[in-house]
Amino acid sequence: MTSSTETLVLNRERGRPWLRYLVLGLVALVMLYPLLWLVGASFKSNGEIFSEIGFWPSRFDFSAYAKGWKTSTEYSFATYFLNSFLITIPRIIVTVISCVLVAYAFARFEFWGKKLLFSVMVGTMMLPLIVLRLPQYLLFRELGWLDSYLPLIVPSAFATDTFFVFMLVQFLRGIPRDMEEAAQIDGCNALQLLWHIIVPLLKPAIISVIVFQFIWTMNDFMGPLIYLASVEKYPVSLALKMSIGATEEVEWANVIAISVVALIPSVTVFFMAQKHFIEGASSSGIKG
Amino acid sequence: MYENKRLGFLFVLPFVLGVLLFKLFPFVASFALSFSQYDLIDPPEFVGLANYQELATGDPLFRKSLGVTLLFAALAVPLRVGFALFIAHVLNFKMRGINFFRAAFYLPSILGGSIAVAVLWRFIFSKNGLVNLLLSQLGIEPIAWLADEHYSMWTIVLLFTWQFGSAMVIFLAALQNVSVSLYEAAECDGASKFQQFWRITVPLITPVIFFNLIMQMVHAFQEFNGPYLITEGGPLSSTYVLALYIYDQSFRFFNLGYGAALSWVLFALVGGLSAFSFWSSKYWVFYAGEKERK
Repeated sequence: MTSSTETLVLNRERGRPWLRYLVLGLVALVMLYPLLWLVGASFKSNGEIFSEIGFWPSRFDFSAYAKGWKTSTEYSFATYFLNSFLITIPRIIVTVISCVLVAYAFARFEFWGKKLLFSVMVGTMMLPLIVLRLPQYLLFRELGWLDSYLPLIVPSAFATDTFFVFMLVQFLRGIPRDMEEAAQIDGCNALQLLWHIIVPLLKPAIISVIVFQFIWTMNDFMGPLIYLASVEKYPVSLALKMSIGATEEVEWANVIAISVVALIPSVTVFFMAQKHFIEGASSSGIKG
Repeated sequence: MYENKRLGFLFVLPFVLGVLLFKLFPFVASFALSFSQYDLIDPPEFVGLANYQELATGDPLFRKSLGVTLLFAALAVPLRVGFALFIAHVLNFKMRGINFFRAAFYLPSILGGSIAVAVLWRFIFSKNGLVNLLLSQLGIEPIAWLADEHYSMWTIVLLFTWQFGSAMVIFLAALQNVSVSLYEAAECDGASKFQQFWRITVPLITPVIFFNLIMQMVHAFQEFNGPYLITEGGPLSSTYVLALYIYDQSFRFFNLGYGAALSWVLFALVGGLSAFSFWSSKYWVFYAGEKERK
């Protein structure tokens, strides 16, 4: 079917990856340029933003940051960032605790209805959450939780973010049980075992949970939009939306500067942990 | 100890309560609600199939919205999954800088859901925005991306495609399990890169393609932030996806019964398409392990 010279040519091509780099480089440029440009634009004047393709500003102007930070409301973005963290940090804590407990049960224990419960868990990952929004809203209204952070935090304490449970279960299944068996012989009870053996082994996966939950909760828009009414309780996502919706004439320079600031926490966390959690994300999908 | 059924159940208890309270109960409740008329002030009133009848026969906006949602999913899901697969394929070779590229391609899928990125998108597609600046350099007339109903859909489709990173890392993990010797053998037989991709890569990872298609479809049908913040459903409802319509009916106009009926239509749509995919999967999804066991 093929001559030996052709084979040689093809083999040499395998050792010449410039085409691959070219493709990847171009795609990366197209994908990241808008973000780069956003950062550059945050230092530009209003006029320059709409006339310059280059991302490097002609003059570094920080006034948009100052103006954007102050906002046109009576609160500054310091309040909104604080609110975001007041939602995010408790939510991360309850997520980690509940998801580790549940994943531990699924990965190690035998109990009645385990198979069914596991299918339910995988099933809810595919359930469009929008179907649940309305009754959840009515439930929290009944409980008197509207305009508080409870609807955004409490469900996570019941391992309802099933994606994380699934990820942790997959991770635990890959860990041999030798150490746990040894610890049991030494007389550890289940909680000691969990704390001293399982949690340290799960550390990389737990980091993934923390990073994902941090970024997703910071990004979350629909939740706060539905449940929060008073501006003083708004997280960054809602406050940012307010700044583009308040007036017809959008102060783009200010909005862009604040958008950059709003992205900083997520980007920082992403780069700090990216090696860990990209692997976590991919292994959670499908094994084999 | 691991045989202690009571202990195991104790650990899984939070999840059981969570599912009952925050998933199963709302699920059933929204179904019941869809047969009622409820405005939060007066108690819900049973109206039978009236809501479904209304949306089937008397609501042109619903039909428009349904069409928009289907169009969005039909464009955005293949683009995102296809792009993810293509880039994963190109990345799946021993090469320097793979970590950089992987992170670079993954970053948008992490940030994509944020309001800041929606702001950015609205801005680069605005009349004097980055995209039009670029087009004018190429001598192309500026396009009113957000104001022209023929183009507005593309802005949110592009935003969805831009976030292909999470699907990509799942493909990448799967590709790393495909034996290199297969490619070497194909190369010896003179198969082109193109043929290798279609004859080796794609058939061997059909389960992962299947998984990604389903998950991304579920995401696409619920897309809210893009249409809500960038195009605001417009112009002329050209990006008024069902998620937006459900939100408006439920939380702006407080037609809770109608909102619930709409959300059940969306659920039936996603469920039906998933069921169809599962049914069709036996014809095109190949599970290597299963074959060996037989």
